[in-house]
Amino acid sequence: MSGLAGNLRIDRKNFDTRNGESLVALLQQVQEKHNYLPEHVLRELACSRGLSLMEMYSVATFYKSFNLQPRGKHNIVACMGTACHVQGGEKVLEELSRMLGIKPGETSRDGEYSLDHVNCLGACALAPLVVVDGDYHGNMTAARVAALIKEKLREHKGQTAEALNQEIGQKAQSGCCCARLLAGEINSV
Amino acid sequence: MDALQTGMRSLPELLNLQQQLKKRREQQQNYLAVCGDTGCTAWGSQNIKGVFQKCLQQKGLDHITGLKFTGCLGLCESGPVVIVFPQGIFYQKVKESDIEEIVEQTLLQGKIVERLLYQDPLSGEKIIYAPEIPFYRKQERILLVNNWEIDPSSIEDYLALGGYSAFGSVLASMDSEYVIGEIKKSRLRGRGGAGFPTWQKWEECSEMAAAQKYIICNADEGDPGAFMDRSLLEGNPHSVLEGLIIGGFAVGATEGIIYVRAEYPTAVQKIRRALIQAHELGLLGENILGSGFSFNVSVSVGAGAFVCGETSALVASVEGRVGEPRQKPPHLAERGYNNCPTVINNVETLANIPSIISKGAEVYRRTGTEKSGGTKIFSLVGKVRNTGLVEVPLGVSLREIIFDIGGGIKGGKAFKAVQTGGPSGGCLPASMLDLPTDFDELKAAGSMMGSGGMIVLDEETCMVDLARYFLKFLNDESCGRCFTCREGLSRMLEMVEAITKGQSSMAEFALLKELAAVVKDSTMCGLGQTGANPVLSTIRYFAEEYRVHIEEGRCPAGVCRDLIQFQINTELCNGCGACRNKCPVEAIEGEAKAPHLIRAALCTKCGICLETCRYNAVIKL
Ligand SMILES: Cc1cc2nc3c(=O)[nH]c(=O)nc-3n(C[C@H](O)[C@H](O)[C@H](O)COP(=O)(O)O)c2cc1C
Ligand code: FES
Repeated sequence: MSGLAGNLRIDRKNFDTRNGESLVALLQQVQEKHNYLPEHVLRELACSRGLSLMEMYSVATFYKSFNLQPRGKHNIVACMGTACHVQGGEKVLEELSRMLGIKPGETSRDGEYSLDHVNCLGACALAPLVVVDGDYHGNMTAARVAALIKEKLREHKGQTAEALNQEIGQKAQSGCCCARLLAGEINSV
Repeated sequence: MDALQTGMRSLPELLNLQQQLKKRREQQQNYLAVCGDTGCTAWGSQNIKGVFQKCLQQKGLDHITGLKFTGCLGLCESGPVVIVFPQGIFYQKVKESDIEEIVEQTLLQGKIVERLLYQDPLSGEKIIYAPEIPFYRKQERILLVNNWEIDPSSIEDYLALGGYSAFGSVLASMDSEYVIGEIKKSRLRGRGGAGFPTWQKWEECSEMAAAQKYIICNADEGDPGAFMDRSLLEGNPHSVLEGLIIGGFAVGATEGIIYVRAEYPTAVQKIRRALIQAHELGLLGENILGSGFSFNVSVSVGAGAFVCGETSALVASVEGRVGEPRQKPPHLAERGYNNCPTVINNVETLANIPSIISKGAEVYRRTGTEKSGGTKIFSLVGKVRNTGLVEVPLGVSLREIIFDIGGGIKGGKAFKAVQTGGPSGGCLPASMLDLPTDFDELKAAGSMMGSGGMIVLDEETCMVDLARYFLKFLNDESCGRCFTCREGLSRMLEMVEAITKGQSSMAEFALLKELAAVVKDSTMCGLGQTGANPVLSTIRYFAEEYRVHIEEGRCPAGVCRDLIQFQINTELCNGCGACRNKCPVEAIEGEAKAPHLIRAALCTKCGICLETCRYNAVIKL
């Protein structure tokens, strides 16, 4: 055991549940560190806790916030709660999915983007809602979400328009769907 | 105020600290409340706060005017919201570029910035002071009122307003029986959904003889469309914590746990900070204030499973297991967390406790109905004009909430229904608008109070589609333990999907109703037992809409994709090309300046063209 379980102690400073045995809490910490649950860590944990891999798997797959695949650098989450649904949330998600070329729950091949949907983000007054890397964006529509993603891409890169365009040009040649999208070459993927 | 550094060891120290903080507060009447709730932060209020800070510093006002980044101020629709105190001037949709003017005009010269005032949509009148805005005037804000005055990251703010006095008086002069008696008299019923009398749960648990008992605050808030628990935790975390501590005292618990859903990172952060503060001040820990009562609280973060809001599943989840409900009895009061007696209460239920104890049950229950005392917070969302958090006495009619407070339907459309109670609830039509918001009345009407989500629907919402939505939700969230829940919900989903595609028949429709009844009667936990409600209530009130889908193959609301079509009205289209450029699947063709055409075979009915066209030339059939 490579000292992994040793690092995983419930953080008393945070007042997290004292039940040091809680598998859910441990998995949350693994995910925080690796941004997903790598198989080798699950194996190690199962071994150290005397659980079968199947038991680990059943907890890890029961809860929606756990990922068994690595997540992208940027996380895009669309709300599928009731308030968002009745105001067109499903179409927003569809549009996101089409733009990024991935289905909800997937990560783009270049490892840049992950797309997810959740049941409610608790900001229903702003429905439909999309969260990009923790920033909430309200009153989305299928049309607006395209503009948002483009804008976010620029922000994240923190580059001048010129440098960005250059990079997009290069990426577009190499076939990155997001870059082609940004370059305006295509409307969707 | 030494206690702030060293922690308090006796009740007089608490009283003394409150007095001092109160005095200090009285000298600081000037402040700006910038809404820092998730809603307003989405509108950019974090930056607004930053710019205010800088501006106040530059003008040398930072010693005179305080700045509070508060919890939800209610009217999310108008965010970012800034209220100038002591006057209570309400500025809406504040932008960074407005800030200099607010400081110059309002703070320095005492003038109003007209442009930023709220305008009553009905009378067109501009309203200056927050309490005079109809949205607030008709509410009775007992739990939310302090959100205007409290910086949630400051325990001093809470103490200065008399926070922890209720807990102080419990320790000073009450025993468990007395506290439970007060809660009984108050007629407080659980706000988590079922409306179970809180005192009864507490009494049951307090009567259990055990060395270790637990009280858990259910902050899972899984109902989509509801966010009052989040706002309470983010806006006034100490009020929930105080309620939890008093509950712990009443049932004889030694430990409290706050179970918060993972989707609420800010709430988790705020409650953690509150716990640290309460500990530092000696309001949590061993032998609190020298009373002999010891109590600790920890946080447990959920991992994204709706069913974990159900109490036995919640316990399993806190224990780190798969969050499956179990058969009851034994009830949690007998065998709960770690097999010890446990009581679970909702966030809002607990937030009510301090005010019951401080005011006394007699005063508290003057608000509300004969059977249930107090107020209820609703998250008023959907197609209503004033979306936001609304707190009203229990028993107020749906009409008052949606029309008087909510300002009616957005965009001049017609009211169709209101959805309450989340996936366990139902949809009530216009004819039920005078129904009082009361646990029993809503249930009898085929819906539920639930946790307080109120989603207003207009003529453009399809009730069949909504039933499909909830079935899909529940089908995804069913833990799969009961056969009839697991299989029943997915068969029902298939049947309703077929209706939305125009591929059903009246015979199958009858089968759907029958199956709904079976699922209701033969499942173990609340998820399955109430899972058919969205279907049954929409059938009960909107049977005709189902029939039109089935027999005529039409979706009157224009939602179900297989039953609608997009077309371009060639008379209105001037060929600007906007829709053609935006269409993600290149289904629109046409020469510049000539009417365009949608190719039905390619169209995915995403609706972007309709949204894009400025000439209303795109029509939905
Ligand atoms: C499927 C399901 C989900 C639930 N979700 C929640 C929830 O998110 N929050 C909550 O407070 N209660 C929820 N409840 C109700 C709780 O089981 C429980 O009744 C409540 O927390 C008790 O608190 P109260 O007596 O203060 O209302 C849920 C119940 C079921 C069956
Ligand atoms: S329904 Fe989308 S944020 Fe609540």
